[in-house]
Amino acid sequence: MFRFIVRRLLQLIPALFGLSILLFIWLHRLPGGPETAILGERGTPEMRAAIRQNLGLDEPILVQYGRFMKRMLRLDLGASIATKREVTTEFLQRFPGTVELAATAIIIAIAIGIPLGYLAARRRGRLLDHVSVAGSLIGVCIPVFFLAYVLKAIFAENLHLFPSSGRQDPTIEATRITNFFVLDGLMTREWDAAADALWHLVLPGLALASIPLAIIVRITRASVLEVLGEDFVRTAEAKGLTERVVRQRHVLRNAMLPVATTIGLLTGGLLSGAVLTETVFAFSGIGAFIADSISQRDYPVLMGFIMIIAVLFVLVNLLVDLSYSLIDPRVRVR
Amino acid sequence: MALLDVEDLSVTFRQRGKRTVRAVDGVSFSVDAGEVVGLVGESGCGKSVTSLALMGLLPRQPGISVGGKADFDGTDLLRVDRRAMRDIRGRDVAMIFQDPLSSLNPVIPIGRQVTEVLTRHRGLSGDAARKEAADLLDRVGIPDPTRRLKEYPHQLSGGMRQRALIAIAVACQPRLLIADEPTTALDVTIQAQILELLKALVRDSGTALVMITHDLGVVAGMCDTVNVLYAGRVVETARRRPLFAEPRHPYTVGLLNSIPRLDAGRGDKLSPIPGSVRDVLPWADGCAFAPRCDRQVEACVGEPPQLVLTHTDRTYRCVNPVPAVGSAPAVAEPAVEAGPGPAAEAGPESGPVGPVAEVDPVAEEKQSSVPAPREEESA
Amino acid sequence: MTITERARKKAEKLDRLGELSAARDEERGVSLWQEAFRRLRRNPAAIVGTVVLGLFVLVSIVGPMLVPYGPTDTIGIREGLVKSGQGIIPGSSADHWLGFDHQGRDEFSRLIVGARQTLLVGVVSTLIGLAIGALIGGVAGAAAGLGGRWGRWLDTGLMRIVDMLLALPSLLLAVSIAALLGASLTTVMIAVGVVSVPVFARLLRGSMIAQSNSDYVLAATSLGVRRSKIALSHVLPNSLAPVIVQATLTLATAIIEAAALSFLGLGNPDSAVPEWGVMLADAQPYLGIRPALAIYPAVAIIITALGFTLLGEAMREALDPKLRK
Repeated sequence: MFRFIVRRLLQLIPALFGLSILLFIWLHRLPGGPETAILGERGTPEMRAAIRQNLGLDEPILVQYGRFMKRMLRLDLGASIATKREVTTEFLQRFPGTVELAATAIIIAIAIGIPLGYLAARRRGRLLDHVSVAGSLIGVCIPVFFLAYVLKAIFAENLHLFPSSGRQDPTIEATRITNFFVLDGLMTREWDAAADALWHLVLPGLALASIPLAIIVRITRASVLEVLGEDFVRTAEAKGLTERVVRQRHVLRNAMLPVATTIGLLTGGLLSGAVLTETVFAFSGIGAFIADSISQRDYPVLMGFIMIIAVLFVLVNLLVDLSYSLIDPRVRVR
Repeated sequence: MALLDVEDLSVTFRQRGKRTVRAVDGVSFSVDAGEVVGLVGESGCGKSVTSLALMGLLPRQPGISVGGKADFDGTDLLRVDRRAMRDIRGRDVAMIFQDPLSSLNPVIPIGRQVTEVLTRHRGLSGDAARKEAADLLDRVGIPDPTRRLKEYPHQLSGGMRQRALIAIAVACQPRLLIADEPTTALDVTIQAQILELLKALVRDSGTALVMITHDLGVVAGMCDTVNVLYAGRVVETARRRPLFAEPRHPYTVGLLNSIPRLDAGRGDKLSPIPGSVRDVLPWADGCAFAPRCDRQVEACVGEPPQLVLTHTDRTYRCVNPVPAVGSAPAVAEPAVEAGPGPAAEAGPESGPVGPVAEVDPVAEEKQSSVPAPREEESA
Repeated sequence: MTITERARKKAEKLDRLGELSAARDEERGVSLWQEAFRRLRRNPAAIVGTVVLGLFVLVSIVGPMLVPYGPTDTIGIREGLVKSGQGIIPGSSADHWLGFDHQGRDEFSRLIVGARQTLLVGVVSTLIGLAIGALIGGVAGAAAGLGGRWGRWLDTGLMRIVDMLLALPSLLLAVSIAALLGASLTTVMIAVGVVSVPVFARLLRGSMIAQSNSDYVLAATSLGVRRSKIALSHVLPNSLAPVIVQATLTLATAIIEAAALSFLGLGNPDSAVPEWGVMLADAQPYLGIRPALAIYPAVAIIITALGFTLLGEAMREALDPKLRK
């Protein structure tokens, strides 16, 4: 187990190295550069050249990459060209919002998806089954940003049940510790701030949950149906075990194996969806910031953010693999 | 009074868009306490469905209907309500399945799978349950049982898994054990060990055993009474020795003749039954076996054959049966020695099926404890 | 050994191989694809999906010839009916079934004409992903399954590249590509296509490795059939089923992802050629005045995507070896 983790982490190093080279070359080949974003169309060639020189962009790309790697090894990602602040600071300020949003979405998706998928499988061919299958098929076909707009229009703007934008009501003064607003509220015992932050998460969380929910319902249903037909379930029934024990110990546990894998695979898509949802709800996460950084050619921000996200993504998948070996003894991690 | 008395059991599968299938079509047989009864037939003859119906394990779906009666010590297993059936299953009636790997839960340790049945029916928990589980594993011949308790099914060999399944089945000392092809998925040598184990368990505990198999070798080695099934009906019932010595139903003869024999000349061909189980006539239109039968006469078609009761302990369902030994040259006579077949050769007791000459049907009848054969009108 | 003798031997081998695969077919009764098609015809989901897609393709072919108004004709403004600045965008009427868009163009006509662009984006981007992904996955799968040690090295190398692509959130990847190439229809198609490359690559590779381990490949190898021939004429065709299913499902996601890119302002800037994603994005500022302008293209996208999804899922079910028999 321990060796498995170490080996996976070691494997991460060459992958990150390769990713950084690809990203670096690719980003620096983007037409235009930060000078265009800073000066607009007006700047004279001299001013442009001065800015490029100032940022060290006039040097050969290899030298630039060397400098970047040197800083990387000291875990220094440099400063944003646009905001002049440390990339790490920017990340720590914005990423918690995205994580909160993604976590809300995946919790909603799991909390509704697994029971619904299970019930659909048990009531196969009945109304509930048909409704959830149809719902999950339609669910993956609705563009996330459209759903976000619809939810916002109905529940925020018409019914005024939920706030329509942002992460926190500006009138609430909250102490910031981790920038996870809900967590901050709980840690500082500012209950109203925590509740308000949660309130702001409901609509974007629901919109973002739509696709994972649809997928989890479908996978759970298929998986439960398969397990229900397995011989060991028949054995459990033959033992005369109570229905509850058969269901929990024998059916659900085995049915969760493919669901766990799927949830791991959903995290990547969740980040993409978060970018769209954040835009609709003016929710300050990394989504809008990355989009801006691309248009401004803010190289340090892009390099830094994408590298961090890639590392996190790999770590999440490592966790998923580990949890998989915990539920299924046949999977031995080596 | 028999322990289990199955009367006119029928199971019908009705699926939308497909034709209705009567998998079990009026099966009747009985099992005495401590007796080993065989249900024999080709795949598709309804023997597994029969066992699932008795256990109440057929899927509860509209379209699957079970009829008839299965009197188990005063309780009709087919009518008892679901909760009561859960109490009976595993405690009074237990089952051993064909494929031990898929029949054990892959993600739960063996120990847990044994203890959960002890917890459910005997109220044992914690260390008491674990100790009893270790004893059980020991009794079914699993070495180092305390360590095995913590292992998962994939870490055990095929034979060990089947032993574990047997341990689960006998955990509550059931009065009736149903074994559905318990050795089919195993190597020949392991098959012999498992059969030996089952036999010992049955002998020691007085549990009645219904042995479901397609392997006449298994039947020859174990069963007291044999029921031959074809197309969802019992076509012949007899004590083991008379059945092998003097099969009366042409299908039984066919089964016996399909087995390769050691003493046959190299050039001799096997005489398998022509056609397959799919070539059946519905019982309502006559004898289901008629299309494949070499003794077919006109009377076979038109009306379902009645069950015929002979003066010996035997019933068969045929209008033109194979003549009994002595009255005419029997088709099956030479086949008897081959009865055990390849499987039983390695089996624990390939001897019991003696040559024909030794078998005295009358003597066999005297000592038999088979329930009185009943005359039965066909459904 | 003479040439004719060798030729005869080879012919014999091929005959025996043919027998082997014929035996497999016999076991199944009919070929995999025939059987799958028969099951598809009985599946209501497949029928609904096919009907929806048939309509969609029909509209995208003949639609532009039938529409009552030109898709760029700002008739509403010319006739003074539409004043978006003042928030006046009339809805349905007898002449204009779905009303006007914010530039006074006939919404119905734009919706019909837009089908063609939407289909084009979906099909082309899926083909891009399929072609590149299948190439990488096919080479990796053949190398891993049949290529020995060097094959495994090649496979590992290719898969590391694919994994790197997978490590990036898809939309981020698409946005970066779109930023690199500038906003245009081609950009959208390439960006959406590249995102699905790793999916196709992994799928085909996995499927080919599974097939390479099957008995008939062992049989063919033991008969001395060349490895390249086994890969091309046996393993590859038998591995295609999941890829084809995935392509059908990708058509749905491609249309949705294209809409997302348009929404982020990276879609086709030429509004003269209507496309549902762009129409949906363009409608956002007018949601308060006329939400229908967003709902029409959104519903069109959802129904089309649903058509592809239904057909894809039905195909998956029909081709599932577990459900066969």
